[in-house]
Amino acid sequence: MSLVVVQFLTGLASASSLFLVACGLSIIFGVTRIVNFAHGSLYMLGIYVAYSTAERLMPLLGGAGFWLALPAAALLVGLIGAAMEVTVLRRLYRSHELFQLLATFGVVLIVDDIALAIWGPADLLGPRAPGFDGSIAILGSKIPEYDLVLIVLGPLVLGLLWLLFRRTRWGTLVRAATQDREMAGALGVDQKKLFTAVVFLGAFLAGLGGAMQLPREAANLGMDLNIIAEAFVVTVVGGMGSIGGAFLAALLVAELNAFGILVFPEISIVLLFLVMAVVLVLRPQGLLGKAEQAQHATHGEAEPTLAPGGRAMTAAGLLLVAALAALPTLAGGYLLGVASEILILALFAASLQFIMGVGGMISFGHAAYLGLGAYAAAILTRELGAPMEGALLAAPLAGGLGALAFGWFCVRLSGVYLAMLTLAFAQIAWSVAFQWTEVTGGDNGILGVWPSHWADSAARFYWLTLALVAAAVALLRRAVFAPFGYALRAGRDSPRRAQAVGIAVRRQQWLGFTLAGVFAGLAGGLYAFLKGSVFPDVMAIPMSVDGLVMVLLGGVQTLAGPLVGAAVYDGLKAELVTRTEFWRIIVGCVIVLLCVAFPRGLVGNLKALWQSRRGVEG
Amino acid sequence: MTSPVLEVSRIRKVFGGVVALEEVSFAVAAGEMVALIGPNGAGKSTCFNVVNGQLRPDEGHVALHGRAITGLPARKIWRLGVGRTFQVAATFASMTVMENVQMALLSRRRRLLSLWPRATRLYRGEALELLERVGAADLADRPCGQLAYGDVKRIELAIALANEPALLLMDEPTAGMAPGERAELMALTAAIAREGRIAVLFTEHDMDVVFGHADRVLVLDRGHLIAAGEADTVRNDPRVREVYLGPETLAADEAEADAPGWAAC
Ligand SMILES: Nc1ncnc2c1ncn2[C@@H]1O[C@H](COP(=O)(O)OP(=O)(O)O)[C@@H](O)[C@H]1O
Ligand SMILES: [Mg+2]
Repeated sequence: MSLVVVQFLTGLASASSLFLVACGLSIIFGVTRIVNFAHGSLYMLGIYVAYSTAERLMPLLGGAGFWLALPAAALLVGLIGAAMEVTVLRRLYRSHELFQLLATFGVVLIVDDIALAIWGPADLLGPRAPGFDGSIAILGSKIPEYDLVLIVLGPLVLGLLWLLFRRTRWGTLVRAATQDREMAGALGVDQKKLFTAVVFLGAFLAGLGGAMQLPREAANLGMDLNIIAEAFVVTVVGGMGSIGGAFLAALLVAELNAFGILVFPEISIVLLFLVMAVVLVLRPQGLLGKAEQAQHATHGEAEPTLAPGGRAMTAAGLLLVAALAALPTLAGGYLLGVASEILILALFAASLQFIMGVGGMISFGHAAYLGLGAYAAAILTRELGAPMEGALLAAPLAGGLGALAFGWFCVRLSGVYLAMLTLAFAQIAWSVAFQWTEVTGGDNGILGVWPSHWADSAARFYWLTLALVAAAVALLRRAVFAPFGYALRAGRDSPRRAQAVGIAVRRQQWLGFTLAGVFAGLAGGLYAFLKGSVFPDVMAIPMSVDGLVMVLLGGVQTLAGPLVGAAVYDGLKAELVTRTEFWRIIVGCVIVLLCVAFPRGLVGNLKALWQSRRGVEG
Repeated sequence: MTSPVLEVSRIRKVFGGVVALEEVSFAVAAGEMVALIGPNGAGKSTCFNVVNGQLRPDEGHVALHGRAITGLPARKIWRLGVGRTFQVAATFASMTVMENVQMALLSRRRRLLSLWPRATRLYRGEALELLERVGAADLADRPCGQLAYGDVKRIELAIALANEPALLLMDEPTAGMAPGERAELMALTAAIAREGRIAVLFTEHDMDVVFGHADRVLVLDRGHLIAAGEADTVRNDPRVREVYLGPETLAADEAEADAPGWAAC
């Protein structure tokens, strides 16, 4: 009994910070229509800044210094958020949601490295909260006093926000802007200032959420992505744009985490998944969310038409494969390893491009299927002694099955909601890999996944990879121009028209999602044998985003794009990582720049240039 | 006597507090062209959406050839032979005109899951025939996203015809077209409908078009069907005139009741 009470109160305390982050995310989204991926970074900055501020102030002011440090940190983070609005977000208001999410992820990378440079890689444990550093007995069990502070804080902030939005002129303006941006403009509101102020408020809340965790948790560099995945779950479950919904969902998620640990300590995360699934099936718009209206308001120009390249293109493709097959005569082991990796990631990116470019579904969690393939291959070879050939058959199967299961939920949503849900699923898959140590080895991964004897030299494995990747990419391209791909594209172009000519849009998307999972799974299987090992990182958020960046680099609407993107991105990254510890900040800046300046990607931009030239001449 | 192609009985549809349709009943027979008219917001599009399955009515029934289709999804209703054009034209913008029609044909033949053949090589002849029927064969290779609005409307018609429909629903087919184009499109539609004994239900604001082509006219006002019948009967119905012209102008306009000028709505 007392254990239940303790877990319940712990859950309540954890809910507060989660609520602060999620409602900040929701408020910013309401007005700017941007899902701020960097919101978790603001949270992380909150705790780091609070740590440093408390460290300075406490020697001077004692306990008061601590209590001053928390709001000061939140304020500073709010200002950082406002600066981010002015420099980055402002340029993205009219962009496609993909670029909004990606650009703010670029900010995540930048903040990561700045935090690394300032605070170092080690976890930092903050001081205990002066005045609330003991514990009190409730029903015979000990509860940290500080938890009680947090338990009060959540409802307090909820109440204050309610007052702010319902009882002040500024709040009314924000609500008006949330309903209708143009109308608010017509009311004579200075939109620019309003947007900056709203982002400040959202960032302040995230910063406060982080700062309040100081006495409870050691500050570390992984906090940003952990909290953002949970915040996405909270906003999807609670209903985007609803502060009350965020509160309810934060309570639900935090309690599930608290009790999940008691019931299934190994895979507590599965509970979270189940609840999210149930909520989304019953109420796709979330607990307190309003039914989604016509989405894709941010779409700019119409998507370009696609045409197969014809004989010349096929010939060029074959020539490229032949040239690549000759590589082992020139290059040594290391380079062949890099080349194999590029090929594998190109397949991964091509499968992602299939659902994004053709299906119009943005996935921020495509690495889940890469990872499922990799783990399936690794577990089969290591635990069951299966040969590589069998494992490489099982990998696409595992990726496909995972996509079949997750995809069933994902295709019920669209736009940013879909992106957030795919990310949440990938994060769940990652957590299972991380927590379920008996099967996956947890953090230590699975080692010793080597190819069969006939493929165990670098050159032979490279050839095997080349053959499989070339075949898979050819199949994918075939599917794009087959009726299957056309029907998928029809559903993307105009769901209404598609339904009105008998296309089961959702089912088509579901199968498209699954097909992409199959190919990602195959890439994962190859990846496991290339590395000889599998770690949870293979399905972590950065891997999913790597895939997106490759697709984006090449151009979302360009079929050759993912291949070029993988070569450029993976090649550059491999180079960067060997040269500097701070490669993330460079990659982050590149991503932000790419999203703001070159949304069509390298190949897409070249193509546009080529077409405009021809247009001028013809 | 055979049952009519479309039979709508006592449909009711409410959005929040707004009653969009209330106790609406009517029927359309094979080969008949029926105009559904009424001021903006009268519920015409909602009526179409209920018939083609995009919306589920709160009450009432829809039957096709006597078979209940109420609440079926749009894609199933299409398979049963209901083609539709939208008020705001909807085509697949990233495909060529030809591919748009091929898409409908692929769906009709249930080829949507096939992963191997080139979609553009399937049913080309048939697609071209359909485009010829609407006089758009010369546009076949143009991207649909780049067409003039009037042309898009004709492509929509070709798509709607791809399943050899028994019933065509056309929501403001001529909106956004030049007057000459309007007459042309409606004459074309009438010819196609007559030839194939297709039942056509269309909405239209241009009264010349309505009275020029409709065998019968239904008048909706704030969700209620206030008049139905032959064109002349409806034209002279005082309630219809009141809805369109307002009560105060009624007396003044009495003299020119036959003037074609009351298209201004
Ligand atoms: N999806 C919807 N949600 C809420 N209200 C709607 C919706 N569709 C139509 N309405 C309302 O129903 C009424 C009838 O609309 P509609 O059928 O589009 O009229 P019409 O096509 O005759 O101009 C209007 O008051 C409109 O605002
Ligand atoms: Mg309408």
